Amino acid sequence: MNTKRRLFLKGSMAAGVAGVAASAGLLTPQMVLAAWPQAAFDAKSVSDALTAAVGGADAADSGDIKIKAPDIAENGAVVPVTVSTGMGGVESISILADQNATPLTSSFNLAGNTVPFVSTRIKMGKTANVIAVVKSGGKLYSAKKEVKVTIGGCGG
Amino acid sequence: MAKSIKVRAKVKGDEVTVKALMSHPMETGLRKDKKTGKVIPANFIQEVNAEHNGANVLNAYWGGAISKNPYLSFKFTGGKAGDTVKISWADNNGKSDSAEVAIK
Repeated sequence: MNTKRRLFLKGSMAAGVAGVAASAGLLTPQMVLAAWPQAAFDAKSVSDALTAAVGGADAADSGDIKIKAPDIAENGAVVPVTVSTGMGGVESISILADQNATPLTSSFNLAGNTVPFVSTRIKMGKTANVIAVVKSGGKLYSAKKEVKVTIGGCGG
Repeated sequence: MAKSIKVRAKVKGDEVTVKALMSHPMETGLRKDKKTGKVIPANFIQEVNAEHNGANVLNAYWGGAISKNPYLSFKFTGGKAGDTVKISWADNNGKSDSAEVAIK
């Protein structure tokens, strides 16, 4: 009875993988969303990623940006990060991990009535600085916080 | 892909706090299958939009470095109990889903 269950699990997993592969091959992924900033997420360095995402890499350090993240993340696959700021007129918030293969994790565009606060969970390959870049009134401000990662979340 | 999003929106004073959990594998496209050695194809949410009564409040672009089964929380002002908040996502394979919830 137990062996049958194993076989069944193996079979269904193989089918699942094949299905995903087929759908990825048929639909050319990059064509679907025109607005998604491909170059920014493909960029290998922090400055390239920022230039592509928010139009510049010159961000002034700001003590007015708060990054809430753990000092030590046991599992790099799930690192909770919260970014908030007291600044007004915030247009966007971007979150980067500077040691990831592609540093940009996410970029949030805020409407006028949206409070400059976002919270999400990111993957980190290894110990790195989490960098938050806030665009306010056309200018860029940044803050960073080091997070030590004991098990990476990007390798296989 | 129905019901891949759980959303909660709560008003406190002037601020509405929205918390959303999405169910998605978020494959970066860099990981390899340990058994076969083949690269697992990228499959991650690229865009998330949030609307309050039809007006856009948050528009997020995500890469593969957002954790599996993504969590997102944000706040906005000007909402009241009973208003609707809509969250929608689209991934790199062209799949999408959305969920609507009334602010409590």
